[in-house]
This record gives sequence, C-alpha cells and structure tokens, in this order.
Amino acid sequence: MPEPLIQLQGISKYFGDRMIYHDLHLDIFPGETLVILGGSGSGKSTLLRVLMGHLKIDAGHVLIRGRSLNDMDRRELDSWRKSVGVLFQTGALFNSMTLRENLALPVREHTDLDDQTIDLMAQIYLQLVGLREHIDKLPAELSGGMKKRGGLARALMMQPRILFYDEPTAGLDPISTAQIGELIMNLKNKMGATSVLVTHDMQSAFQLADRLALLFDGKFAAIGSVEYFRTTADPLVRQFVDGRLDGPFINPSDQCSYKAELLGRKLHEVPHGKKTT
Amino acid sequence: MRAAIEFFGDFFYLLLDTLRAIGPALSSGRGRLLAWRNLWIQMNRIGVESIPIVSLVMFCIGAILAIQIAPEFAKFGMVPVTADVVALATFREMGPLVSAVVMTGFGGAAIAAEIGTMVVGEEIEAMEAMAIDPVRFLVVPRVVAGMLMMVCLTVVGDLAAMFGGLVASVLLLHLGSLQYTQHALAILKVGDFITGLAKAAVFGVLITAIACFLGLKVRGGAEGVGLNTSKTVVFTIVALILVDLIFTSVFFYLGV
Repeated sequence: MPEPLIQLQGISKYFGDRMIYHDLHLDIFPGETLVILGGSGSGKSTLLRVLMGHLKIDAGHVLIRGRSLNDMDRRELDSWRKSVGVLFQTGALFNSMTLRENLALPVREHTDLDDQTIDLMAQIYLQLVGLREHIDKLPAELSGGMKKRGGLARALMMQPRILFYDEPTAGLDPISTAQIGELIMNLKNKMGATSVLVTHDMQSAFQLADRLALLFDGKFAAIGSVEYFRTTADPLVRQFVDGRLDGPFINPSDQCSYKAELLGRKLHEVPHGKKTT
Repeated sequence: MRAAIEFFGDFFYLLLDTLRAIGPALSSGRGRLLAWRNLWIQMNRIGVESIPIVSLVMFCIGAILAIQIAPEFAKFGMVPVTADVVALATFREMGPLVSAVVMTGFGGAAIAAEIGTMVVGEEIEAMEAMAIDPVRFLVVPRVVAGMLMMVCLTVVGDLAAMFGGLVASVLLLHLGSLQYTQHALAILKVGDFITGLAKAAVFGVLITAIACFLGLKVRGGAEGVGLNTSKTVVFTIVALILVDLIFTSVFFYLGV
C-alpha cells in the first residue's frame, strides 16, 4: 500500500451549532480518483475547501504528505495550493478578464514563461475543453457549461498532479458531461493525476472512480470500490445509489416535523413517534 | 461590543496586510508587470474618471462659499477678504473633504460592489486556490491608487473651487479677478496646501481600504453586495469626518 498523499484525521467542523463533520477520517492515495458522494448540504464541497486550507477546522488534522495544514506557513500553503488544480462549481472565472487572461493569470503570476508561451498554453488547454474559438470572450458571454469548461482549462494551466473537482458535470448537457468525463480519465491515465471529485451524478461517479466515499451525518458512512458500491446491501448506500425515496438517508429538511411546524407547535412538544393529526 | 472590536480588529489587520504586501506587489517577481498594470487601471477608474464630477462639485462649492461670505464682509467694506476665506477654507478643508466624499460615492461604492461580487462568484476563493494573495492582487492596487489619485483630485478640486469663487466674485460681487487672485495668493501658505494634501492621502487610503474590506466581507449573494456597498458609503463618510476632526485638532495644536 503506498503512503497516502492526503490524510484526514478526526476532522470536526461546526458552523455555529450546526455539525458539518464529526471525527471524519479518510486517506487519499497518489494516482487514485476518489469520488465523494453525499446529499445536498452534506458538506461535500466544504470538504474541498478544508483540503485547500481555505476553511479552518475545529478539531483534527489534514495531513499533506504527512505534514499538517495547520502547521504550514504561508509559503508552504501556497506551494500546496500551486500543486493543486481546482475546478469550482460555477467555474469561478474572473468576470473582468477574458478567457485568455483568465488562463494566463496563474502562469504569469507563478512562472517566468514569456507571454507567447503562456498564450500558446492557453490555446492548447482551451482546445482541450473545446473553447478555443471563444478565447477572447468575457465569462459573461459564455453559458454555464462553457464557464465550467473554462474553469477546468484554467485549473490545468499550472499542470497540477492533483485535481479537485466540485460537481464537474452538474448542469451540463450529456455530450459536455461525456467530454469532461473523458478529460478527467485522460488526466488520470496520462499524467497519473490524483483526483478528488465531489458529485452526486452516479453515472459519472461510477465511470470515473477508483474508490467512492459516501458522506452522511458528518462522517463517511461507506468507503469502497465501485464494485462495493454497486453490490453492497448497506441500506444507506443502496438508497443513495439507487435513488430510492424510502430508507435511512433523510433529507435534512425532513428532519423537523413538518406537521408540527404547520400547526405552530415547538418541535419538542411533539410526542416522539406519535402522529399529530 | 465584541462584534465592533472584531470589526475594527479585522480592518486594521487588512491595513497591516496591505502595507506588508505593497513592497512585494510592486517590486518583486514576475507579477510585477501585472501589478503595475493593475495599479494603472485602478488609478484611471478611481481617479481620472472622477475628475469631471469633482471639478463640478468643487466649482460650485467655491462659488457658494464666496456668495455666502461676501455679504458679511460687505458690512465692514471688506469684500476682497472673501477671497482669503475661500482660499483658506478650500485648501485646508473643503478641497480634501469634498473630493473625498465624491470619491467615496464614485470609487468606494464601485470597489465594494466589484469585490463583493467576486466573493459571491467564488472568484476570491479561486484566487486563493491558485496561491494568488487577494490582498496583494486586489487590495494593494486599489489602496495605492486611491492614495495617489485622492491627492491629485484634491489639487484639481482646490483649483476648481478657487475658480468657482473667482467667477462668483467677478459676476456677483463686482470684485476684480486680479484683486481676488492677489488676496488668495497672499493669504495662502505652503503649509495650507501641504496639510490639505496630507489629509487627502490619508482619506484616499481610508476610502479604498474600507471599500475593499467591506467588499471582502460580503456574505449571502446579491443582497449582501448591496448591503455592504451602502455600508461602505456610510462608514466611509463617518470615518472621513472623524479623521478630519483628528487631523484638524492636531494641526491646530501644532500650529500648522
């Protein structure tokens, strides 16, 4: 077993009284594609922010090659961030810059490459995501899917060996979804990139993942291979993967008594398990 | 109370961070060219584009001052002294303060809205994810541009107000333009000019730093952007007046 590249050790995070993670553990190995699954609001995207060091955790450690993010100074943190390409949910392109300028920015900031080379790189990566003819457009002139692909091209400009994708296929048409899926596969196969993918698109998840991890109630309820997720009888995994309505996976909005709220009662006044009709 | 302390603490931390980042932003590494370009763009946006409106407002202020003051001096047969008062009030007080208020509405609000929208669109997070420090990339060029352009705007504003006073004096008070100019030049000392410009530089930093700070603090979508933009204008104007009071008291104490 190789040494893990990233380790989450007993991570807890609270937003006020709301628990996001409690004693979360996970190892991410070099070269693997790990897909993080979970319902809306389960903290999947927040986990990527924790891994990037954008969000302080309340307890536990995020270890990058054995070194805790908490102990890193600015320089170390910057060098970690430079080694990671992040695709944000909306693409997060800079609205005041054209696609060309967006792609050039990280390379201009961090390398000594001349403008001509940077421009060439921008064109190559935009061709890769099928946006080369839009190189001089501002993000406002692009559709949601195009912005996302532009964001992916920018994430690749620094040629990272580690990639984080936040819902890379959400809101895309089937062809763009397949295109992005193939791109992610290629990056893995040709560059040996380590990828962490946050999604609830099960088709992409099964297509791309080496391992999957299901986030539920602040913990990983299941971590396993594609085969395991396809075949396990674990009711939680089954409900999520098969998209069933009944099961242990509760939508957070269902947790409070809808009827009690409608009747104007406080939650604790509702007798546990008793119908209030 | 705790929230207020946190607010001021965060603001001063941003100011320190900006100060720390000025050197690296403008002098070192490959990002230098980009930083200078950014600074140039901001100077244009914050300063150059405010020139017409500052000139118009200050022209009117100069004329109003002259018209308001002249009748009092006329009682003692001292109408030409109007020029002295317009000159002193403009260079020491009205020039920097009114130009700063105009810049708050023009540049400050725009900066807060722009940075706030970037926060909402995950752009700031993306910047940090690319190891680009938002303070160095966004705040430094705006604060430095604010400081430099506020000084320039104040010079323009001072001259516009003096011209406004001159026009009003000639047209309404029947004062000779030469007489007005001679009186104004005689009363003004270099110190008046310098104190006004020193104030202006501090005002420029204050306007842009508050705008950047509140822009970066935006939470909760478009509504948050609107809220912090209007907060920027209110907080900045209050801060300008308070700092102006401190400055004026110190200058008074020092006899400058």
